[in-house]
Amino acid sequence: MTTASVPLPAWINYGLIPLLNLILAFFFSGLVVWAIGESPFEALQLLLIGALGRGEGIGFTLFYTTSFIFTGLSVAVAIHAGLFNIGSEGQAYLGGLGAALVALAMDHYVPWYVTMPFAVIGAALFGAACAAIPAWLQAKRGSHIVITTIMFNFIVSSLMNYMLVRVLIVPGKMAPETRTFLPGGQLPKLDWLIAMFGGKLGAAPLNFSFLIALIMCFLVWVLIWRTKLGYEMRTLGISPTAASYAGIRYSKIVMITMLISGGLAGMMALNPVMGASARLQIEFVGGAGFVGIAVSLMGRNHPAGIILAALLFGILYQGGAELSFDMPSITRDMIVVIQGMVILFAGALEYMLRPAIVRFYQQLTGK
Amino acid sequence: MSFDSPKEPAIELVGIDKKFGTVHANKNINLTVAKGSIHGIIGENGAGKSTLMSILYGFYQADHGEIRISGKPMTIRDSQAAIAAGIGMVHQHFMLVENFTVLENVMLGAEGGQLLAKGVASARKELKRLEDDYGLEVDPDAVIEELPVGSQQRVEILKALYRGADILILDEPTGVLTPPEADHLFKVLRVLRDQGKTIILITHKLREIMAITDTVSVMRRGEMVATRKTAETTVEELAELMVGRRVLLRVEKGAAHPGGVLMSVRNLTVKDSRGVTMVDDVSFDVRAGEIVGIAGVAGNGQSELLEAIAGIRKPSSGEIFIDGKPVAGVDPAGLRDLGLAHIPEDRHHMGLVLKFEEYENSILGYHRDPRYGRGPFLDLDAMRKDAEEKIGKYDIRPPNPRLRTANFSGGNQQKIVVAREIERDPKMLLIGQPTRGVDIGAIEFIHKRIIEMRDAGKAVLLVSVELDEIRSLSDRILVMFAGRIVGEKSGEAGEQTLGLMMAGIAA
Ligand SMILES: Nc1ncnc2c1ncn2[C@@H]1O[C@H](COP(=O)(O)OP(=O)(O)OP(=O)(O)O)[C@@H](O)[C@H]1O
Ligand SMILES: [Mg+2]
Repeated sequence: MTTASVPLPAWINYGLIPLLNLILAFFFSGLVVWAIGESPFEALQLLLIGALGRGEGIGFTLFYTTSFIFTGLSVAVAIHAGLFNIGSEGQAYLGGLGAALVALAMDHYVPWYVTMPFAVIGAALFGAACAAIPAWLQAKRGSHIVITTIMFNFIVSSLMNYMLVRVLIVPGKMAPETRTFLPGGQLPKLDWLIAMFGGKLGAAPLNFSFLIALIMCFLVWVLIWRTKLGYEMRTLGISPTAASYAGIRYSKIVMITMLISGGLAGMMALNPVMGASARLQIEFVGGAGFVGIAVSLMGRNHPAGIILAALLFGILYQGGAELSFDMPSITRDMIVVIQGMVILFAGALEYMLRPAIVRFYQQLTGK
Repeated sequence: MSFDSPKEPAIELVGIDKKFGTVHANKNINLTVAKGSIHGIIGENGAGKSTLMSILYGFYQADHGEIRISGKPMTIRDSQAAIAAGIGMVHQHFMLVENFTVLENVMLGAEGGQLLAKGVASARKELKRLEDDYGLEVDPDAVIEELPVGSQQRVEILKALYRGADILILDEPTGVLTPPEADHLFKVLRVLRDQGKTIILITHKLREIMAITDTVSVMRRGEMVATRKTAETTVEELAELMVGRRVLLRVEKGAAHPGGVLMSVRNLTVKDSRGVTMVDDVSFDVRAGEIVGIAGVAGNGQSELLEAIAGIRKPSSGEIFIDGKPVAGVDPAGLRDLGLAHIPEDRHHMGLVLKFEEYENSILGYHRDPRYGRGPFLDLDAMRKDAEEKIGKYDIRPPNPRLRTANFSGGNQQKIVVAREIERDPKMLLIGQPTRGVDIGAIEFIHKRIIEMRDAGKAVLLVSVELDEIRSLSDRILVMFAGRIVGEKSGEAGEQTLGLMMAGIAA
């Protein structure tokens, strides 16, 4: 309470402090790189060039960013109502089934832009369905949503194994995946977007779902800050007793919030399934659901912050992949360490520097 | 304004100035408090009392000015520094670990060494000594959440003394206490003073100022406007100094003209979460155009009764009728639609979302109303305009609907709730502790509004632990004891009679 209550200008709160946190994270990551005998500066350079240097790198970076925006929004919406949804991973996974079923059913008959709205709905519905049972258990039975959503990650994982190995697999093939969708079941690449900045997308899978993600950011902002439902969610999230006083029904808001949250996570599947590989593959989510927790935390549960945080993690993913390719002594696991540092400093320890900055600011302004 | 005293000063505040954005909370404040005295500070809501104390305790830094403790200039950067300087603070909202014992709470953060056992033994001895010296009896092994509020407050005082406090700041300590608990607190404060401690007491109750302080200072709109010896002043003078005009200390109200029954409760029984019966077979009616007061010592079921009628708590049996319709099981939103407004007892947890901006709170519970936005959307402009109107009408300070609610002073927060509920022009009004923490000018204002509601033919049910408030507002008084209504009296009933009934002695 000593310095926590001192108001700071927005540019310090939302600009300077996150930047300093990031610099700290990179500093400690640099120490790790240095400890294994590589040059931290060279590593940082390789990472940034890998992520942002060429059109193709940018395309990959934004591809990852897209997934993280969806899962980050999913986590953020739940947090506004005081719910910690750790199940975005499983919800996204099941969302993939929804998207794939739509694509498989429609791709023979119609162009992609007809399939797309149905796929968006299918992915969201399946993601929401996956969140529905934990939501119901929380709303009606008081089973803690953190526990039940984690359990559902495992349940969905087993279910999808079964579906891909037994049901959806192409007869006679070894790989547990569906057939490749025809163009009518694919989301187009965004070559023109990169071309606008004079780059070439190349093999990068950046696709139309990036734009869907940005639209969702706007819609989530409207939902949380401009609708009555969002008002009720925020009231419940901050003060359950005030919510009950105001006649805001706990079980109703928990259900609706989790369905929206699950739906947003489900839409993440559009990006890898219909955008990148044009088929449903096993374990395609690859941890993006969990990254969403960090993204939401870093982005202060605000869509604008989530876009920036998702971009940061996109850079780390893509740049990290390039880095471990160029510097073999830096393995995938090292990249995870670096990502962990960012989460630690920019997320968990986000207030560590604040007291010192407050003091410094007070001295500067003579207060 | 300095005040000459034979004893050396314990605290001197010189030229303290503090701004929050455009709000000038403390303007060039000078204050001297003599060692071994009880010094009262009074002033309207938002006058800057809590801010001044927060500066002394290191929560905020003053923009200008100097703090001297026992003559020595000090910079108090945070509460640790304040404790080191011998300053202790008893917060209005207790900072205790609910499921720890008294001893554990007192030791917390001052355990002394890595191994607990040795620290515990010496802490127990020290605690015993403090309790004996100052008459602060509490069982060291009692768990906090099982103690009544008055005892919890004693633990807060013990915590401060354990850390070696010579100066004790109490910010509205009696707001949550029952009258006997408040008497006990004052006894303790006198002992502390007589043993040489210096005490600063902030309160809105002038009676308490007259009863216990040696000197009293008055703040108004951020300024220190007067300091008096308590023995040489009167309640009327203090009230006038505070508000800057004469204040009606008694409510003026005409005779009631009760109409038909608007609200009735039949055989209502309410249990708390542990299954203990809190309201036991209660029946009564409230008519249009009358104020029914429920008197009782805090914790005798009034809160649960109010929450049950408001639809927040499910009764376990019995019926509630509004306008003749049975409404047990209707939720608070449905009850609002039927014209029931509710000013809850606990504004911090129920009546307000402290992290919201003011205008967001001014629609809480009515947020579905089309006037605040069409369909699923909120119309922020309409909300803010509506909030601004209420701010003007209720003189809520500072008049800024974009300010976070937590940053309003306690009394102004209460006005936000009162404005929201009364301005809806409801048919029935449930009111819990309407003037807790509210200054006398605002009390006068709120009481007038309540009486206007009555005269406009509304049914008003009032719960308050302030017997004065119940007596001056109510047309009929029901006394609650141990969950039951033990008797009914007219509004003119004497304090003595009611007091005995509240203690469960006479009916
Ligand atoms: N952190 C803050 N940010 C902005 N304004 C603040 C903050 N804290 C207090 N204020 C403002 O400063 C003024 C003084 O507030 P303060 O809490 O000191 O009043 P008070 O005299 O204790 O009133 P009350 O009797 O109602 O408790 C008020 O206008 C309040 O809104
Ligand atoms: Mg105050």
